Amino acid sequence: MKNFNYHSAKDIKEASKLSSSNSAFLAGGMTTIPSMKLGLASYKDLIDIKNIKKLSGIKVSSKSVTIGATTKHVEVANSKELKKTIPSLASLAEGIGDPQVRNRGTIGGSIANNDPSADYPSACIALNATIHTNDRKIEASKFFKGMFETALKKGELIEAIEFQIPEKSSYQKHPNPASRYAIVGVYVAKHKKDINVAVTGAKPCVYNDKDLSKALSNNFSTSAIQNMELDSSDMNSDIHASAEYRASLVVTQAKKAVDAC
Amino acid sequence: MRKVTLEINGKTVVKEVHDNTLLSSFLRDHLNLTGTHIGCDTSQCGACVVHVNGNSLKSCTALAADIDGSKVTTIEGLATNGKMHPMQEAFKKLHGLQCGFCTPGMVMSAVDLLQKNKKPSDTEIRDWLEGNICRCTGYQNIVAAVKEAATKM
Ligand SMILES: Cc1cc2nc3c(=O)[nH]c(=O)nc-3n(C[C@H](O)[C@H](O)[C@H](O)COP(=O)(O)OP(=O)(O)OC[C@H]3O[C@@H](n4cnc5c(N)ncnc54)[C@H](O)[C@@H]3O)c2cc1C
Ligand code: FES
Ligand code: FES
Repeated sequence: MKNFNYHSAKDIKEASKLSSSNSAFLAGGMTTIPSMKLGLASYKDLIDIKNIKKLSGIKVSSKSVTIGATTKHVEVANSKELKKTIPSLASLAEGIGDPQVRNRGTIGGSIANNDPSADYPSACIALNATIHTNDRKIEASKFFKGMFETALKKGELIEAIEFQIPEKSSYQKHPNPASRYAIVGVYVAKHKKDINVAVTGAKPCVYNDKDLSKALSNNFSTSAIQNMELDSSDMNSDIHASAEYRASLVVTQAKKAVDAC
Repeated sequence: MRKVTLEINGKTVVKEVHDNTLLSSFLRDHLNLTGTHIGCDTSQCGACVVHVNGNSLKSCTALAADIDGSKVTTIEGLATNGKMHPMQEAFKKLHGLQCGFCTPGMVMSAVDLLQKNKKPSDTEIRDWLEGNICRCTGYQNIVAAVKEAATKM
């Protein structure tokens, strides 16, 4: 791995001051360090944000739950407040990777990275999340732009993610048996005014499946989506699953999620 | 270069390291603690698992600099006065290893499990060891060893 300058920022101001066109923030490092080792990324400066207290923790209000960017997957998985308010989100975190990944990896790092098969982006879409950065608030529907691409500007720091508490919700993933990343994951959330069916793993970027959500808005039951066939022409196809198989998995996982709601 | 201060297996260690020094190479190359193995070097296999402040992590994916000030326990730190840790005893007794390459990480990960869940079921043990890959044993005896250790710890 090429050398870099490591900085541990003590507050948000220092973190943004240190950032440049040739730097990256370091949270859990579970993506950054392997990609630097593989030579896929290199930076002059790594700015560690783990020690900024304000960026970590879970706050619950009557309508929403706000999770600090450097909150680790294990903390989300074990949060008592979250298990009461949005249990599907705690169980999503419990299903990420393995215990050592969950002990280090963070929610902010996961959504900033926007891996096409990461779990958290689907939660952001399904739970009408707002991404709070040091500069602005971004709706989840405008945040995830494409494969490994987000609306974040260079040096923009995610401070927290605010999730709306739904009436009912469930996340169901068909994991890759080796990495536990989603081959397909479907997050169904029923809010007072709308129903979201967020899909990860199927396409180059997380998306809200309008056909499934429309069918479920008319009739929130598995029978409403029982025989649906989705267009697979823009779905991912790789050694793990063909596009057609992924299209079928989206419906299967959506049915499981509705059942579990 | 920077100076880091760590407590490693109960001893305070102060060393100069490069900013990009991984915890795994710090342990192996700077301190000669070669019990921590490097398998994949890409966060997949778990051969490099150690404890930092009581929680298991993959030392190939942490910087010595970013855990400055922490307490680290490696496989070398488990035995007390020459007596094996109950988890090590159980792996030996029940043949939880063959070549032994995955074993240090397996043992460190399993010890962390029992810190958090004193009586894990078979499924909980298998789920917990998700990030530890063994190419020899077929896992059956590893699961049996963790169960045995749970009765002794
Ligand atoms: C073996 C393995 C299995 C995994 N399995 C899964 C899985 O099943 N599901 C899943 O979803 N993920 C999985 N992951 C990924 C894991 O969830 C990581 O935690 C995540 O990709 C990155 O989080 P991090 O905190 O480690 O980020 P880092 O690696 O520290 O950072 C990743 C990127 O985000 C940027 N960044 C970090 N924090 C911020 C912030 N606050 N603001 C702006 N930018 C920021 C960094 O600069 C960097 O570009 C797995 C990883 C591994 C190694
Ligand atoms: S060497 Fe660290 S996980 Fe394989
Ligand atoms: S004993 Fe050989 S890899 Fe596990």
